[in-house]
Amino acid sequence: MAHAEAHAAEAHAPQAFIWKYVFSKDHKVIGVQYYVTAMLMALIAGLLAMLIRLQVGFPEATWPTLGKLLPRGFSDGIMSPEFYAMLFTMHGTIMVFFVLSTAPVSGFGNVLIPLQVGWRDMAFPFLNALSYWTFLPGCIIILASFFVGAGAAAGGWTSYPPLSALQGAVPGSGTGQTLWIVGMVFFIASFTMGGLNFLTTILNLRTKGMSLTRLPLTMWAMLLVAVLGLLSFPSLVAGCILLLFDRHFGTSFYLPSGLILTNVPLLNPDGTPLHAGGSPLLWQHLFWFLGHPEVYILMLPALGFTSDILSTFCRKPIFGYKSMVGAMVSIGALSFLVWGHHMFVSGMNPYLGMAFAVFTMLIAVPSAVKVFNWLATLWGSRIQYRTPVFWALGVVSLFISGGLSGIWLGQSAVDIPLHDTYFVVAHFHLIMAGAALFGVFGATAYWFPKMFGRMMNETLGKAHFWFTFVAYYCTFFPMHYIGIAGHMRRIYASGRPIGYYEFLEPLQEINVFITRSALVLGASQLLFFVNFFWSAFKGPKASENPWNAAGLEWTTPSPPGHGNWPGEIPEVHRWPYDYSVPDAPKDFVPQTDPAPIGARAGGH
Amino acid sequence: MSKLQGLSFGLATVVLVVLATGYFMRDWLPPLKSDRGAIDEAMAATLVVTGLVFIATNLLLAFVAWRYEDHEGAKAAYWHDNTRLEIAWTAVTAVIMFAFLFNALKLWADMTSEAPRDAVVVEVTGQQFRWVVRYPGKDGAFGKTDAAKVDVDTENYIGLDKSDPDAKDDVLMVNDVYLPVGKPAAVRIRSTDVIHSFFLPNFRVKQDALPGMTTKTWFIPKVEGDYEIACAEHCGLGHYKMKGQLHVLSPDAFEAKLVELGPAAPEAPAGSPNQASE
Repeated sequence: MAHAEAHAAEAHAPQAFIWKYVFSKDHKVIGVQYYVTAMLMALIAGLLAMLIRLQVGFPEATWPTLGKLLPRGFSDGIMSPEFYAMLFTMHGTIMVFFVLSTAPVSGFGNVLIPLQVGWRDMAFPFLNALSYWTFLPGCIIILASFFVGAGAAAGGWTSYPPLSALQGAVPGSGTGQTLWIVGMVFFIASFTMGGLNFLTTILNLRTKGMSLTRLPLTMWAMLLVAVLGLLSFPSLVAGCILLLFDRHFGTSFYLPSGLILTNVPLLNPDGTPLHAGGSPLLWQHLFWFLGHPEVYILMLPALGFTSDILSTFCRKPIFGYKSMVGAMVSIGALSFLVWGHHMFVSGMNPYLGMAFAVFTMLIAVPSAVKVFNWLATLWGSRIQYRTPVFWALGVVSLFISGGLSGIWLGQSAVDIPLHDTYFVVAHFHLIMAGAALFGVFGATAYWFPKMFGRMMNETLGKAHFWFTFVAYYCTFFPMHYIGIAGHMRRIYASGRPIGYYEFLEPLQEINVFITRSALVLGASQLLFFVNFFWSAFKGPKASENPWNAAGLEWTTPSPPGHGNWPGEIPEVHRWPYDYSVPDAPKDFVPQTDPAPIGARAGGH
Repeated sequence: MSKLQGLSFGLATVVLVVLATGYFMRDWLPPLKSDRGAIDEAMAATLVVTGLVFIATNLLLAFVAWRYEDHEGAKAAYWHDNTRLEIAWTAVTAVIMFAFLFNALKLWADMTSEAPRDAVVVEVTGQQFRWVVRYPGKDGAFGKTDAAKVDVDTENYIGLDKSDPDAKDDVLMVNDVYLPVGKPAAVRIRSTDVIHSFFLPNFRVKQDALPGMTTKTWFIPKVEGDYEIACAEHCGLGHYKMKGQLHVLSPDAFEAKLVELGPAAPEAPAGSPNQASE
């Protein structure tokens, strides 16, 4: 691109505050908007989790202060079962969609894609802004649902009908569930716009020399995430609209005849059934056809960040680049063939269960390959212990722990006793939520200088890591144990005096331990918020390339101006992982360096 | 001082692994009372293999985190590809996965097969928040149900149509299931409102109950006694107290119990403690 054009880009940068920071079309601003919104949603969803754990750990306790703060959720200081159901429903919904699909994908994706592929902005800047301004109403609608009618949706984040379809089935199945559906539709519309932008930008707008095999693994992850989202979200939006019709317009997609709700048959005045012919399994198929690719929409970016961070701070090329790409592509492809493992005991035909078990066990292979590649990257390296690499090591650790429990659950027969118990909660919090969350924290520490032009505080960053890492394991690892012992998910109380099951009573002691760990985990996040806001405004100014990293995004000022590079967009001559190249003057060779050294240099 | 950070990461990992494994191993599945011991064996084998991999990979992670911390004069290797290594670990992982898979599929095929013909048949229907239990009686056939015929006063919660000849000797009760020890038990699982899940922790049995369809499972109770029936699928506010009792009796006591309970008469059947219908 011509020099003059670049200057034009700078000159065209909007000046008024509202166009520069609010209704901006600049990918970096939109990325930060997404990121900050997602982190605020995380704060709310995290507080919901704390309330969940208070109830599970101390089911007999009264909380007069909380009762005053949240009068609708408590009566006489005791949490009501309906509030508890809303808590776990909304914690899951907000975390999965509005935090862990948003911060890594829409947040870092927007910030990083043009900077890492070498372009001035996303392919469709207006669509990009529209995507954020569709996402924000989605957030507001989801949060507003707490304040309407009988409260927020309470049918679980999976919203299985008939619980979510029959308004009398659970208090939140009124207006709260309607808003849940509407909020999801906004979210999916926003994600679709983002996905189109991601795909177009990565495929069509790479700078000269940036072949696909020179893309950072983060970009491969973003590319795959866009494909997964575009192919799978339509299934959920269709499902949501059918659910809306069942709830409000008298259709029966998910509702069979013969329904009896609290001893009252659901009949028309003439005695015919109110609903007929639907199947609740249809929703489960539509939901999990999105739901399982969605797991990888959360995780793939974190796996990409981890690879980039490990390579930079190990001062060593990522091991097995091609097999890493191959592994991510296979995980992406297989993710469309495993949804039925959420439905082994759902009543689905057992033959289908067999097929899904095969693909589920198969997906463990590329996942294991990634771990081995990371370990090989670490082998013979020179690890510089700055905050980002701790998070990356944390992702590797959680990916191992959570991945191994997947081998238990993937064996359909072994899944029978474990299904819908805390074992599953342990599994997905370690691998999906944990890896995604640690990936986001690692990416924040790593790319913060590029986003805000300032460095984060290392001491606070490391303290935040240690508290989070230890508390995370203490919170979620013991859940395997109570899950094996049979502890069901989503139950309001397990131990006496108000719990009902004798076989759960001995587990209460562990629930107390988990709750204490969870409170430490929650409180530790204050360290992050303090560090984030303090550093964003008061942190030391960052240089262009504070980590001596080789990627393209480190060849422009921190933060980059409008148009990303002050002059022409640089040409790329190698992959982004040339660290410790023999005969190189420094221990890294930037992607833009034309020197014919290293294994992947040359040409353009 | 130079290797403090890598060492701390390594130590934390090892300590967490050891503590977690110790904590984890304190106890295990609820005591087994059915013929589904193969699940326990598969789980134990999985624990051993995944446990070893867990410990080995975490120790390796701890080792590299400690060993390769940057220090004065350190140099990283420019080493980024090794096809033989990649093929080796892909193949080894795949072989282990297929070993697990073949065993799991064999168990799955056994457990989801049709119940033996001599099995005792019982039907459980999940309703917010109770299990309605029904035996077909001597004729071996369940009577028709019709939502319009629900009658709370006679505890006819599932709308059994008493004009149907098959319904004459059906036995209805709430939250109590009786089964003879040592005989296959075939359970028909239904729901009339939302999704529930029929869960017998001691029997390694779990099967969702869905409105509009009948799901099935079968197993052999091995030990006489009283056991808990739980609901494992979020079904509403009373989900946490949707508890039933499974009574495994000697075959003689079971026959006597069925006679005692008798067919569903217009008046409430005996022995149906209705503890969780709120």
